[in-house]
Amino acid sequence: MRDPLSKTIKTIQPSGIRKFFDIVSEMEDAISLGVGEPDFDTPWRVRDEAIYSLEKGRTFYTSNAGLKELKVEIANYLDRRYDLHYDYKSEMLITVGGSEAIDIALRAMLDPGDEVLIPQPSYVSYLPCTVLANGTPVVINLKEENQFRLTPEELEAAITDKTKILIMPFPNNPTGAVMEREDLEKIADVVKKHDLYVLSDEIYSELTYLEQHVSIASLPGMKERTVLINGFSKSHAMTGWRLGYACAPEAIIQQMLKIHQFAIMCAPTTSQYAAVEAIKNCDEDVAMMREQYDARRRYLLKRFREMGLQCFEPFGAFYIFPSIKEFGMTSDEFATRLLKEQKVAVVPGTAFGDCGEGFLRISYAYSLENLRTALDRIQIFVDELRAEQGK
Amino acid sequence: MREKILAHIEKNSKIDMAELALVLNMPEADIMNELEAMEQENIICGYPTLINWDKVGVEKVTALIEVRVTPQRGMGFDVVAERIYNYPEVDSVYLISGGFDLMVTLEGRTIREVSSFISDKLSPMDTVLSTKTNFILKKYKDHGVVMAGPHRDEREMIC
Repeated sequence: MRDPLSKTIKTIQPSGIRKFFDIVSEMEDAISLGVGEPDFDTPWRVRDEAIYSLEKGRTFYTSNAGLKELKVEIANYLDRRYDLHYDYKSEMLITVGGSEAIDIALRAMLDPGDEVLIPQPSYVSYLPCTVLANGTPVVINLKEENQFRLTPEELEAAITDKTKILIMPFPNNPTGAVMEREDLEKIADVVKKHDLYVLSDEIYSELTYLEQHVSIASLPGMKERTVLINGFSKSHAMTGWRLGYACAPEAIIQQMLKIHQFAIMCAPTTSQYAAVEAIKNCDEDVAMMREQYDARRRYLLKRFREMGLQCFEPFGAFYIFPSIKEFGMTSDEFATRLLKEQKVAVVPGTAFGDCGEGFLRISYAYSLENLRTALDRIQIFVDELRAEQGK
Repeated sequence: MREKILAHIEKNSKIDMAELALVLNMPEADIMNELEAMEQENIICGYPTLINWDKVGVEKVTALIEVRVTPQRGMGFDVVAERIYNYPEVDSVYLISGGFDLMVTLEGRTIREVSSFISDKLSPMDTVLSTKTNFILKKYKDHGVVMAGPHRDEREMIC
């Protein structure tokens, strides 16, 4: 029989996180710090609105680009929160989560051989989506000494005459790194100088703990070369609703809309009605969640520093990224032993790129109580490891 | 600062002080001082515990009694309220706007115990015009807490 599979798909590795979950699910009283989604329930008023829309029989497709009411509200929100001005009619598209937006943006913009710069450690989908869109991924390894921010020097060094798109994954999963205005300005200068486009994945934009998030699209001359991606999953604890959006110049949105139209039709209707409520009336819920994440963030940072583990202070998302290099083990070995010996599941940094070696991704989308128990166990593990290594 | 401390301990009076210090991002000693001051000023009036007695298997009846009273010259409702709330079996007394004057909640072991309080003590008071007793059949949510408890963490580790 002929091989049914495409050569391209066979080059793509599955995500490395799953393996740990399989072990955790079989282990009694294991604590997981591995999940990358909010522990909060979607605010009740949002869920109630969804139920109401179902009762009213709003179960048809929406227009391909999404509900007008939702797009209008998103445009208002981007204006009031991030000083971004998008025309809801021509520069916006409602997608099935931020993930779909990443995929179709790359497919709409890449020709074979075009290079896409992917700063790592970062979310697992940029690289495979680039490959599937016939692009060539070029990884930029971010460094802890720069707090995992992208520097203009690193960017310059990676640019070739084939470079077309720079992915900007900030606030960052898995490091928690953010890019502040002055960091972004330097990057924007390089981007403009080399005539690049930016795909800015700002799904964690509501979860910053230093200053309010700045979108690279709001900098002078950047809106016309940026595809902005955001959504409701992290800000409004709505992961399962699968709802995101892309904002970009009309020419790009038009082509993304074609892919979306033919592959997806439209984002889930119930979720779109729910999202209208979320974006109009849930600022307080978002603030409450942010406050809780921030408390947990400070708690974890304090515990890791007391343990003597090197850990830079993350100012975004809900992850902390401590270094375990002192033990001379790989991230995978460390995570596997931690799970077996102390029953705590964390994700090895290498799941997010080779330069994640020597780090762990710890999610704080868990209650403080849960975190305390988990950190007590990690403390024991680290103490034992140091004793074993004669430190 | 007081408002923030109160908002947190109102939800969880057992909160660990070191943890609260982190959450509020202020020194533990300052919080302790504020708490002590607020206890003395009677801003914090007590630290009762919310119990789901159904799960203990202990029979309890809670009644919400709507009471209409005659207010007294110069004293309003305060004197009547005091006569009622001084009974230890009374849980709470609120002055209410609307169709009646005082809302009295009462906990007893049996319906008989509650009704004898009403017929022997409450109704015979000179100032009490009438009472209407509502028994609670099931508590779904109390003090912002859902009695059924939180649900299990069903999230999975995906990418």
